[in-house]
Amino acid sequence: MSADTYPPQSYFAAGYGPRAWFLTTDHKRVAWLYLVALTAFFFIGGAMAVVMRLELATPQGDVLTADVYNRMFSIHGIIMVWFFLVPSIPATLGNFLLPLMLGAKDLAFPRLNLASWYVFAFGSLFTLFAVIAGGVDTGWTFYTPLSSLYSDSYVSAAAFGVFIVGFSTIMTGINFIVSVHKLRAPGLTWFRLPIFVWTMYATALVMVLATPVLAASLILIVLERVFGIGVFNPELGGDPLLFQHLFWFYSHPAVYIMILPGMGVVSEILPCFARRPLFGYRAVALSSMAIAVFGFLVWGHHMFVSGQSAYAGVVFSFLSFLVAIPSAIKVFNWTLTLRKGHITFDTPMLYALGFLGLFTFGGLAGLFVASLAVDVHLHDTYFVVAHFHYIMVGGMVTAYMGGLHFWWPKMTGRMYSELWGRIAAVTTFIGFNLTFFPQYVLGYLGMPRRYHAYPAEFAFWHVLSSTGAVVLAIGYVMPFFYLGWSLLRGSAAPANPWRASGLEWQTASPPPQHNFARTPTVTEGPYAYPEPEDER
Amino acid sequence: MSERTQSEAFAAPRRELAADTFGMWIFLASEAMLFGALLLVFLAARIAYPQAFAAASGHLSLPLGTANTVVLITSSFTMALAHVFADAGRWRGATAGLAATGALGLVFLAVKGYEYRSEYLEGLAPVLGAPFRYEGPAPANAELFFNLYFTMTALHAAHLLGGIAVVGFVLARWRRTAAAGRLRRVTATGLYWHFVDVVWIFLFPVLYLIDR
Ligand SMILES: [Cu+2]
Repeated sequence: MSADTYPPQSYFAAGYGPRAWFLTTDHKRVAWLYLVALTAFFFIGGAMAVVMRLELATPQGDVLTADVYNRMFSIHGIIMVWFFLVPSIPATLGNFLLPLMLGAKDLAFPRLNLASWYVFAFGSLFTLFAVIAGGVDTGWTFYTPLSSLYSDSYVSAAAFGVFIVGFSTIMTGINFIVSVHKLRAPGLTWFRLPIFVWTMYATALVMVLATPVLAASLILIVLERVFGIGVFNPELGGDPLLFQHLFWFYSHPAVYIMILPGMGVVSEILPCFARRPLFGYRAVALSSMAIAVFGFLVWGHHMFVSGQSAYAGVVFSFLSFLVAIPSAIKVFNWTLTLRKGHITFDTPMLYALGFLGLFTFGGLAGLFVASLAVDVHLHDTYFVVAHFHYIMVGGMVTAYMGGLHFWWPKMTGRMYSELWGRIAAVTTFIGFNLTFFPQYVLGYLGMPRRYHAYPAEFAFWHVLSSTGAVVLAIGYVMPFFYLGWSLLRGSAAPANPWRASGLEWQTASPPPQHNFARTPTVTEGPYAYPEPEDER
Repeated sequence: MSERTQSEAFAAPRRELAADTFGMWIFLASEAMLFGALLLVFLAARIAYPQAFAAASGHLSLPLGTANTVVLITSSFTMALAHVFADAGRWRGATAGLAATGALGLVFLAVKGYEYRSEYLEGLAPVLGAPFRYEGPAPANAELFFNLYFTMTALHAAHLLGGIAVVGFVLARWRRTAAAGRLRRVTATGLYWHFVDVVWIFLFPVLYLIDR
């Protein structure tokens, strides 16, 4: 990066050496620290997925042994969930944008913010050590009694690493909640906040209240392995199922940690490129909170076939259907935002529209698996794999890429190649569907998850899926190059290249060190784009 | 002493005090979920094996547990005094209150350590490869009780140790802390201390008083 080309007041100008980065408390720089770490983990976890799809290209096991395959999908899940998806948008875009959107100079606790990155780095590297030392073969869910009594892989080390990373999640959550409450600029009332801020707030609530339960269950797993405390061991009267309750009490809400931020991003992008205010702003804002609350009440839908009582199954099934309501409210409102809009298909918009389709498709499949009888057939098949990848990858990663492109000019002060951006967006959309749609079919036909070999009649769909994985990988690698190129050679970005509304666009690109030359005063709601009626 | 804030994000120290206090409340909500999950695990086991748990609970030392409860409640009182003094700007009273609080915390840990030692000698602790020795009904379920007892009280003791360390840190940096910073630190530390106290108020009856 040619340092001297940045205006002296930009936040980059505070220093270019390692001290200026690794000891910074500037939320914008901490966002970059996270972005670099998460990009590394995304490619590590993605490489493992590619190897797995390579193995699955043929029915017999030829690339990996069954045991290595188990370790592959376990660590793919652990890395992608905890070291990429959970922190993805909050720790990068959220860290960068939340103070800007609030009209604040920084987050409420800047040093805590930096500390969260070090905790994250330590915990995630510790887990990587466990992987290199021998791996984990329990899947990312650490189900007992396999994880507690039988597995001889590095479960304790991996669980400890995830436990540590949980602290960084909680630190980020506390920082966001307090910042939204205490650092809003004059005139910035709750219902003038952009939806991105609302979703960050809802996400932070879930982070703070769900993560400690994961911590408790991981502590119990490690104590079980080290001291044999018996909580999950029937010999002492313990109950292995109890682990599933604890784990999903965290991990279902964690699903919303992994999708709410994506919803926030597309709520910013869609109005901008449709040149329309967000339709039903209050409903979208409050449905984020509803999703966060309902998310705590549905964990039992992961246990329909685990032997929980039929009555519990019925209640959890019903409550799971309820979550569809706030999600549908959002989808309908996003769609109506496009009505009579002057839509342009810039790169962020392509990603946002991709999100809309893929999230809807994955969400509807969620209704299938939330139905008791249907789930008996679909449980532990590729249908479930396809369902959550549509939400987590089709939804969240697509939104993450869209947001990265949308705010890239703000973060770097550079424009990227629009042509390459569009090519990458379309490539990922095609590659994604080619990878995961066949998995719905496979699951429906009865192909179970977590096997490295399979009967030959499934080969056609598996080959399609593996082909798609290659296309998808190309789509994800492309931005790495053209975004990197833009840092070196990109043309300078104006303050507001998309003519977007929002406080973050009213300051320079890249923003000055304290974000705003003068603390802004807010006099109107977000999404100040023309109404369709105004243009008659 | 200047009226500076610690974080650049805040314009005024009062606002920063409110934010710090609020942040601590959020953190404590998170902590409550951690202990809540463990309490739930304990209650599930206790409901499954009521007699075995009641009998095992009788092996814990009621006098020591009661004494520690008194010690901890007293420490919360001295912590509250420290906050009252700090709020009034009476710094000597505040430091005295903090020092007393930390000392009482150490007393609690000493008593707890003595309890652990006698339980270990009795053969009730699952550590260091020690065999479990217990003459009572359903020894396997009793073992589960003691393991949960050690897990929960040790987690509580770790939190208390953290609290003592923070009190020590606040005192060590006292001279170099401005007035606004002192009040913020005493307020946040106090909230945390009271929370750790309240956790014990739950643990004591749940573990010690099942059948007495
Ligand atoms: Cu779920």
